[in-house]
Amino acid sequence: MEDFITRKALIIGGGVAGIQAALDIADAGYEVILVERTPSIGGHVLQYSEVFPTLDCPQCIMTPKMVEAGQHANIRLLTYSEVESVSGKIGNFTVRIRRKASYVDWDKCNGCGLCQLKCATTAPSEFERWLPFGRRKAIYIPFGQAVPNKPVIDRDACRYFTKGKCQLCQLVCPVKAIDFEQRDTFTEVNVGAIIVATGFELYAKESISEIAEDPDVLDGIQFERILCPSGPTDGEVVRPSDGKVPKEVAFLSCVGSRDPEHGVPYCSRVCCMYLAKQAMLYKHAVPDGQAYIFYMDTRSTGKGYEEFIQRAVEEDGVLYLRGRVSKVFRDGDKLKVWGADTLSGKRVELSCDLVVLGMAMVPDPAGKDLMRILGVDTDIYGFIAEAHPKLRPLESSVPGIYVAGTAQGPKDIPDSVAQGSGAASKALTLFSRKEPVLEKR
Amino acid sequence: MRVEISSRRLGSDFVKKVAEISGQDLLACNQCGKCSAGCPMCFAMDLLPNQIIRLAQLGLEEDIAASNTVWLCASCLTCTVRCPRGVDVGRVMEAIRLVTLRKNVDYVGASDIPKDRIGELPQIALVSSFRKHTA
Amino acid sequence: MDLSYYPGCTLKTIAKGLEDSAIASMNALGIRLVELERWNCCGTVYSLAEDDLAHHLAPVRNLIRVKEQGGDRVGTLCSFCYHTLKRANLLVRNDGEKRKTLNDFMEEEIDYNGEVEVVHLLEVLRDEVGWDAIAGKVKVPLHGLKVAPYYGCTLLRPQEVAIDQVERPTIMQKLMEAIGAEAVDFPYATECCGSFQTVGNPDFITQRAWEILSSAMRRGAEAIVLTCPLCHFNLSQRQPELAQKYSDFHGMPVFYFTQLLAISLGIGPEVCHFELSSGEPLSLLKSKKLVS
Repeated sequence: MEDFITRKALIIGGGVAGIQAALDIADAGYEVILVERTPSIGGHVLQYSEVFPTLDCPQCIMTPKMVEAGQHANIRLLTYSEVESVSGKIGNFTVRIRRKASYVDWDKCNGCGLCQLKCATTAPSEFERWLPFGRRKAIYIPFGQAVPNKPVIDRDACRYFTKGKCQLCQLVCPVKAIDFEQRDTFTEVNVGAIIVATGFELYAKESISEIAEDPDVLDGIQFERILCPSGPTDGEVVRPSDGKVPKEVAFLSCVGSRDPEHGVPYCSRVCCMYLAKQAMLYKHAVPDGQAYIFYMDTRSTGKGYEEFIQRAVEEDGVLYLRGRVSKVFRDGDKLKVWGADTLSGKRVELSCDLVVLGMAMVPDPAGKDLMRILGVDTDIYGFIAEAHPKLRPLESSVPGIYVAGTAQGPKDIPDSVAQGSGAASKALTLFSRKEPVLEKR
Repeated sequence: MRVEISSRRLGSDFVKKVAEISGQDLLACNQCGKCSAGCPMCFAMDLLPNQIIRLAQLGLEEDIAASNTVWLCASCLTCTVRCPRGVDVGRVMEAIRLVTLRKNVDYVGASDIPKDRIGELPQIALVSSFRKHTA
Repeated sequence: MDLSYYPGCTLKTIAKGLEDSAIASMNALGIRLVELERWNCCGTVYSLAEDDLAHHLAPVRNLIRVKEQGGDRVGTLCSFCYHTLKRANLLVRNDGEKRKTLNDFMEEEIDYNGEVEVVHLLEVLRDEVGWDAIAGKVKVPLHGLKVAPYYGCTLLRPQEVAIDQVERPTIMQKLMEAIGAEAVDFPYATECCGSFQTVGNPDFITQRAWEILSSAMRRGAEAIVLTCPLCHFNLSQRQPELAQKYSDFHGMPVFYFTQLLAISLGIGPEVCHFELSSGEPLSLLKSKKLVS
């Protein structure tokens, strides 16, 4: 019996790795279905303020790729969708995809945004990392550069769904696109290769209980939103509790990482770099402020990375204190940080206005069921297990299912993009053959 | 002055004794400093707890003996519960104390305590103090 | 219900208030504390040396007493005793070799294999009586009393003995709320008072006491509530010295949790033996009209 290959690819995850893979395969002339769980593609990169070491604006460098993916003749974008089931094998997978009800007919919707403007109900925004000053509406487009630029209704927040009232959006929509009766729909696709690029989340702040839960103790992505010029504070660095400009900010490395006892034993790889970057951007925004970084080591192995760290120290006066922080708690207006500087042999206490935590990077928990559906092996932390950790880093335990980006392990943007292209080439190799080849290499 | 580090020093009796009595792998400590950062008696110590562990790793017994750190430890075990590497720092402190105490060298003596204080101190304080600070 | 109860030395002397108020309040809650016969001092601290078995004999003997007297559980009040008995118990349960050596050495005693459960009275209040049941029996709700629960070390560290979350315990807060008081959370609630250093280095204890008390003060507390007699000693004995040194410090009464529990259950202050506490715990209660 002849094995045949469906020369189409399914990419699960519309972040930077998934988008890169999609563009590479599409540019090679093959059809791609790009499935993304949230309403828009883009992923975490869109949330950052400026990226290291170039200090590029990520919205500026990502949006051309996002638009291209959205408009490419060979890419079919299925956002607000999730993979329900997978059957078949390499060269011939059958995948059932659930498109969640958005209660908006995207074929009619022209993205005018009037519904969002008029909606009277607000809710914490996932994109703004639940910050108090970044609330969104019950009907919302997740961020300004969303692709597709179409809204969804959060039925847990929506007044109509919870209380049977309102329906203002339906009233004002000029093209009558609101449809409260909409249901989840299902699509079945046939593909030859699957690329998993489901990305990461940050380890929960609450897991490290000696650090107080406090509105002014933020994770890295929350602080990115505050730093971001197109963010909820227009780039004004203010603190969530009282809107004041923080003058003393502590950045804590390795919170949850390198912590076999209370967190994960591995190093999350990017925190040394992004905390240095955030400290620099903070100093650019608040020149008379002081930034402190508590660190164990500075892991700056990429191109230009070591020089970048030195810049933070020499040009922006960031003070590096060597030691892990033992406790963070509120004392009136300030946050006390108890740490140590092992280099000088001193125990230190800081009175800060704001504390930013370099939380560990873990696989996006929303992808947990997916791994089971796909049948791919993961390691004990949930990262996809490679066919061989050294020599076959982009292949999962299932032939025909490849991996790219932080779903495989913590990494920075250049590595995620490279892996996106790498996984694409795996699919393209498959498509260039007459039959799937399964022998190990 | 340069300190001589060699396999002889690293494998010294002192290092072995501390590891044995504490049951801890001293090399598991990567000197993150979290123990020192949270130690309640650190304000009076001349060396930080993590520095004591470092000296123990290096086999520098004399430096540890000259320091007051292990004697000011209150065995509060904050270091133990917060160590990311699972090193029971409290046990390491106790082991270092015992290396000295078992040579019959006490840190406190009953006769050192002023008479008026003896009457005031509850037995819970006296017994625990003598348990920790005498042979 | 009867509960076998291990007092420990201090509860018969300076911490009589802890013992008597505990017996009286547990009685009112339907639990009779039956003092263990022939108990001995637990040794105060748990030996942290791998090769030291001699110091585990004292706590294990007490557990043997419980077993001998037909009990499978023993309740404690003093945090130090709780810690030492509990850890010795876990050692016997988890280390077969050491258990054998201990049992062989104590040839005149029956064998002990960890059959007894060691509990602190706070656990009994939480798990067996229940906060709602306690609230239901309150006759004098401690309204207007702003008290800061202070845990110290031995109830929560290490993890294996912890009666609540190590970094963010709430068990005493829940008790205080059940009896109508306002529990004040403060960042030094689990910070060590300095413990036995009070003998050799009393000045350091003065400093620790100040850090703890002033932190509670800044959060609006009027009093401290705790369980450990050594913490009680360390936090109250230095107060006259602190009052002299810091003009805005006017003393902060230190209560045992059972004293406040007893008052709230309508039991007279005599069982609390406030005469053994320094500071003015009774005056504070009087000023809040909680005792007459």
